[in-house]
Amino acid sequence: MSAATLLSVENLTMRFGGLTAIDDLSLSVPAGKITAIIGPNGAGKTTFFNCLTGFYKPTTGSVRLAHPKRGEMRLETMTGHRVARDAQVVRTFQNIRLFPKMTVLENLIVAQHNRLQDASRFSIAGLFSLPGYRKAEVEALKTAVHWLDRLGLTGIADTAAGDLPYGTQRRIEIARALCVDPVLLCLDEPAAGLNPRESAELNTLLLSLCREEGIAILLIEHDMSVVMNVSDHICVLNYGRKIAEGTPLEIRNDPQVIKAYLGEDDESEPATLIGGNA
Amino acid sequence: MSAVIVARHARTPTERFKDAAWVAFVALLLGIPMVGMTTVDQGGALVVTTRFGVLAAFVAASFAGRFAFRWVMDQYRTRRDAKSTTVKVDRTAKVVQVLGWGILGVALFLPAMYSDNRYVVDTATTVLIYVMLGWGLNVVVGLAGLLDLGYVAFYAVGAYTYALLFTHFGWTFWEALPAAGAMAATFGILLGYPILRLRGDYLAIVTLGFGEIIRVILVNWTELSNGPNGIGSIPRPTLFGLPFERNPAEGEQSFATFFGLEFSGMHRIIFLYYLILVLALLTNLFVSRLRKLPVGRAWEALREDEIACKAMGMNVTNVKLSAFAIGAMLGGFAGVFFAARQGFISPESFTFSESAIILAIVVLGGMGSQMGVVLAALVLVLLPELGRNFAEYRMLLFGTAMVLIMVWKPSGLLSSREPTIRLAKASAMGGQK
Repeated sequence: MSAATLLSVENLTMRFGGLTAIDDLSLSVPAGKITAIIGPNGAGKTTFFNCLTGFYKPTTGSVRLAHPKRGEMRLETMTGHRVARDAQVVRTFQNIRLFPKMTVLENLIVAQHNRLQDASRFSIAGLFSLPGYRKAEVEALKTAVHWLDRLGLTGIADTAAGDLPYGTQRRIEIARALCVDPVLLCLDEPAAGLNPRESAELNTLLLSLCREEGIAILLIEHDMSVVMNVSDHICVLNYGRKIAEGTPLEIRNDPQVIKAYLGEDDESEPATLIGGNA
Repeated sequence: MSAVIVARHARTPTERFKDAAWVAFVALLLGIPMVGMTTVDQGGALVVTTRFGVLAAFVAASFAGRFAFRWVMDQYRTRRDAKSTTVKVDRTAKVVQVLGWGILGVALFLPAMYSDNRYVVDTATTVLIYVMLGWGLNVVVGLAGLLDLGYVAFYAVGAYTYALLFTHFGWTFWEALPAAGAMAATFGILLGYPILRLRGDYLAIVTLGFGEIIRVILVNWTELSNGPNGIGSIPRPTLFGLPFERNPAEGEQSFATFFGLEFSGMHRIIFLYYLILVLALLTNLFVSRLRKLPVGRAWEALREDEIACKAMGMNVTNVKLSAFAIGAMLGGFAGVFFAARQGFISPESFTFSESAIILAIVVLGGMGSQMGVVLAALVLVLLPELGRNFAEYRMLLFGTAMVLIMVWKPSGLLSSREPTIRLAKASAMGGQK
């Protein structure tokens, strides 16, 4: 049951001066599945995300997205906002980046900026509240309310995002990314700082997004209880190179991975440490 | 001295007593040489005598004073803490609204109340110019979070555009107004392009430089701007073509003759007042409406987190340039009014201190708050006026007031932010459709 490839990365290299953060990385992300990228700190996971989403321009290599409606797109040639706007590849951040003084609902509406801005016709239709703009506004509100309900944020919709607890902020960031209508959702450590109950909820959410909405998810995560339980496919990076790839079961028993995580001379039981509670 | 340290919890009488005792002890230490001992001239020789009675009274007064002061402050604090903070936010919005309508009411009837007092109406006009400038700069600094220290440049561009369009092509106020707005917006975009990548301090320095460049050009490019001599005899605005003159041109009517009124210099002053009131209110309406549109929300999002904006697919370049252009345009409008009101402009009117005052209005008012700008403009323009009696201490008073505001209200007079959309209200609106 090999699904169609949504994103294929070929020979991607990213150098910062003398430092090679990503070294000749090739991998592919299937459509409608959850792919996890794991690896020790400094392995180049976030740099990979930055290359993918237009924040860095890769030194060499290609990132091709098979967009379901717009055909093939070369993400490595697109800058900054165009990756999110045109290719609909949307990301969240390791250290949450919300709009803290704006309310949760406003955060979700801002995420739909491009559609609304087009409808407001250089703000003229918006200033006079013409029907075209009003319709777009109602649509945007519907989308926002849909995701608010889905992620259990309705009760706090009018609270400033920055005033809310950490775990809730993580959910808001995911909700905001979903409002952009992503083809590929890239989550950078969504479980960081969550308690066990919250990360269990995150698992349920990620699985339902993938199964019910058909959104492909690319996940960077250290929390093995998330990675092992939701991923269809795992890719392990170390020092910017891919050292292993496969299903959670294969990864858990891969000697290379165990070595990267625990070192060779470690005496503890490796399998249980990365095994999580799968 | 631990007893004098301010405690967070409610104080018991014992604690208050201890606190006052400490203060009395300090008073005693200081009092022995300063009050308790004194020198008396006794036949040409100085003799030290003691005054223990006075010292005892001094110490007792310190004790009682401290005790009473603590008690009053504690009462005040308990009462303040009793107010729930959640209720307070909603009430602030309500108070601001009432205050806004109140100020608008006063503004509307002010010339009627002071129709023979030129000074009051003139000062009110000045306040309104600063309110309008504050609202314009609020777009750039308060909403988009781009620190602009050279806002006066756009004010100057607006004023000079009108002055030059009049002297060379005879354009009237109403014809020049949109042209000057467009011109200032163009300058805003011109400034915006090179500084797209800058933030914070760096942005502030470049905008500061831009403001100075415009002023220096105006001083030195004599062929264009008439240099430091400025441009004079700029015509006053007319009311639908009716000028405010004592002797209108042959075959034409003036405001006074048209309405059959006796000519009075106050007509023009009051007209200018209402004109800037209307311009300022339009500015407010425009900016408040923009704030609820995608472009306004994008400005605020940009202020909050630029990287997150990019990740949401927002074209940050356009967002920044639109903020600069619209802020500059509003400054340009105010500039045209300024030129028309003064009748004479020179580069001296557009120095850095103007930029600083406008920025102070926005910051003291509470970044992004429309009503805060009004309050801060009132404070910052009226304080130096009221302080005229204090002559050379005027600016000292002004500075002290600014420091005090920043101590009491570090985030501005009105710092609570009203959301642009509320779920409850919005769903009710959507439900009707």
